[in-house]
Amino acid sequence: MSVINNTTLVFDEDQAMILDVARDFCRQRSPISAVRAQLDTPLGYDEALWQELVGLGWPGLALPASVGGSGLGIRHAVGIAEAMGRAMLGTPLISTTLAAQLVARATAEARVDEFLADVAAGVPATVALLEGPDWGADTCQCLFDEGGVLQGAKQYVPDAQAAGWFVVVTRHHNLPALALVRASQLRDGAISPHTLIDETKRAATVDFTGVQLTPDAIIAGEQVTVALCDFYLLGALLTAAEAAGSAGACLDTTVDYLKTRKQFGKLIGSYQALKHPCVDILMGVDAARSFVYHAASLLDDGAFDRDAEIACRMAKAQSSEVLLQAGDRAVQFHGGMGFTYECDAQLYIRRAQWSSQQFGDALHHRKRLAALLLDAAA
Amino acid sequence: MSASEQELTEFRQQVSAWLADNKPADPGFLLPQSFMEVGTEQQLDFLREWQHKVWRAGYLGMAWPKAYGGGGVAPVFQSIVDAEMRRHAVPICFNVIGLGWAGPLINHIGSEEEKARYLKGILTGEDIWCQGFSEPDHGSDLGNAQTRAVRDGDEYVINGTKIWTTMGNFAKYMILLARTNPNTERKYDGLSFFLSPMQVPGIEARPIRKLTGEYGFTETFFTDARIPASCLMGEEGQGWKIAMQTLQYERGAEAGAAGGLAFERVVIDDMIDDVRDLTRDGEPLLSDPVVRDELVQLIMAEKAGALNSKRAAIQALNTDYPFSLPLSHKLAFSEHGRLMRRFAIGLQGAAGGLYVGDGQARQGGFWQRAYFNNFSTTIGGGTSQVQANIIAEHVLGLPK
Repeated sequence: MSVINNTTLVFDEDQAMILDVARDFCRQRSPISAVRAQLDTPLGYDEALWQELVGLGWPGLALPASVGGSGLGIRHAVGIAEAMGRAMLGTPLISTTLAAQLVARATAEARVDEFLADVAAGVPATVALLEGPDWGADTCQCLFDEGGVLQGAKQYVPDAQAAGWFVVVTRHHNLPALALVRASQLRDGAISPHTLIDETKRAATVDFTGVQLTPDAIIAGEQVTVALCDFYLLGALLTAAEAAGSAGACLDTTVDYLKTRKQFGKLIGSYQALKHPCVDILMGVDAARSFVYHAASLLDDGAFDRDAEIACRMAKAQSSEVLLQAGDRAVQFHGGMGFTYECDAQLYIRRAQWSSQQFGDALHHRKRLAALLLDAAA
Repeated sequence: MSASEQELTEFRQQVSAWLADNKPADPGFLLPQSFMEVGTEQQLDFLREWQHKVWRAGYLGMAWPKAYGGGGVAPVFQSIVDAEMRRHAVPICFNVIGLGWAGPLINHIGSEEEKARYLKGILTGEDIWCQGFSEPDHGSDLGNAQTRAVRDGDEYVINGTKIWTTMGNFAKYMILLARTNPNTERKYDGLSFFLSPMQVPGIEARPIRKLTGEYGFTETFFTDARIPASCLMGEEGQGWKIAMQTLQYERGAEAGAAGGLAFERVVIDDMIDDVRDLTRDGEPLLSDPVVRDELVQLIMAEKAGALNSKRAAIQALNTDYPFSLPLSHKLAFSEHGRLMRRFAIGLQGAAGGLYVGDGQARQGGFWQRAYFNNFSTTIGGGTSQVQANIIAEHVLGLPK
């Protein structure tokens, strides 16, 4: 069997329509001036815009109609993530989508319907997962006692300030488990916002100590372990899609500058030392988008298979690398202007560093790809 | 006259069985990986025999007319043969300029006499064809070709120099682009196209020794060489149009080519299989974390190429830069090939310093030679640097 193996890439009319709508919406509602206006706000996004986005049905896109969703597959969310990345639109949509997917994949029981219905109706949700900076660690000290009282904190919780629901990754009988916590259950001061390198994003340390869980709020069992594995991959994929969009927009910003800036009597875009790296980035973005939509083609509501895992990891590895390079060169190629806060290149280089670290960087994924690709056939 | 699915499936099985039975044994010397690498009589004899065998079995020129040695069936059959030949990794069908350029052209616009004279010899491998487009001073600028053809009675007198003539020293015929009128307003309008014999006084094909130490191309000198006026294809001044037409057949049997493999495909799986038994620091090479990371990156580059081809066909996913994927394919493919081959040598330890001819060289020096030969793809047909300029200007819209 070839290491290349599966090269499925399908894109149906629904996906094309959603991508088209998403790109139009983001272009109109999130110009760079609007992105900049949110950089120092507490939540990092405009509530009215969020409600429009809820009206488009995006948070519930992949949820069943029984809880108010659209019943489309999660693959349809990939184009939206790319469009939002292209517009640098920071909303809790990706966090919310991932939280809902984690819960929906962990259990089919009706007791989570209230949570899912809230998500579909536009209540932001997020997954509280990390307790340190290592995406490869599986230590978990955020535990609940026999009385169902949580003890411990989670770090790097995305969109914690906006979230109405937290899906806390914990343990039960020494196996991974999930706890559903409402924001209203947190004590005052439980949320300590991080200062992020990417000012379009929000995250916080959240202390869950003292939160009383009801039995209905605890999701345990072997299916949670499977759902968590898929959640990591899905998180990598949606972050990859967003990054591919940002990288494309970043390249456009750089290219626009190279077409207008003159030095030594000529447009600097005519210099090959600037042209060729732009072409490298373009080809990197092309590869990233191909991996992203290939991965989307392999996803459904069931557990991810080996090919889907390979595809998600390749998508993240490629997208992270190309966005890092696009942001880095955007600053450099803007010259002195690129060193200023006023230049939009700063938005992209900051996004690049943030995005690279979500759900594992390129090295993290390539290390796992090596095991998948080089050891299996040995 | 469309064939049924079942008919095609049965045909595929039949071809596969034939190839399994008839794939030549390792000849004990390195075979060319492409038609641009035929350097010795030994290689030529071997490849000629193989092509003849394929043709005799009815698996070459399947869509060309029966009257001229073809099979007279739908091109889809030849496409199946080509795919199966690739899968079975059999030797190339070496007469590529005949099979894929001159032959389809003659089949499409040639006279009855030209078809009768040339087509069968192309298929059997008896008549080797070469191509005389490039000139020493005009590598990428074909339209500026300066080789002169002057009409003199029933003959044309040719003067000038062509370069990168594939198998020029073995060829019986050349498709030749020459200038019949040096005074046209547009440089293209002065060019004409000839089906020229090679064995005439005044034509000297001097083999060029390549980077690999081998041969495969010639520089071809025309000094008052006289060829019959009947060698002119079409009319004077149509040379550019006809030359461009020959480039259309590259897409395979469906486009008119006779078929057969022109290149041996080297994929990342071949490389990984070839290094699996190596060690580094006394441990299996494939357990080395740095090597593993490099290999994963090469696998990703190859997979991206395959996925890009799929995505190129989906309009909704090509709205930003519609020409990006088609225009960058050659650059991505050729550069990946270079990096993969180079890395493969680097994995061999001290044996990476050996070369073709050394008994200890791994796979007879296959990767060393393949790396050097791969430069024909990063230089030929527009260098990678020219490709990058084209993409920057035509896709990104950057100024010249």
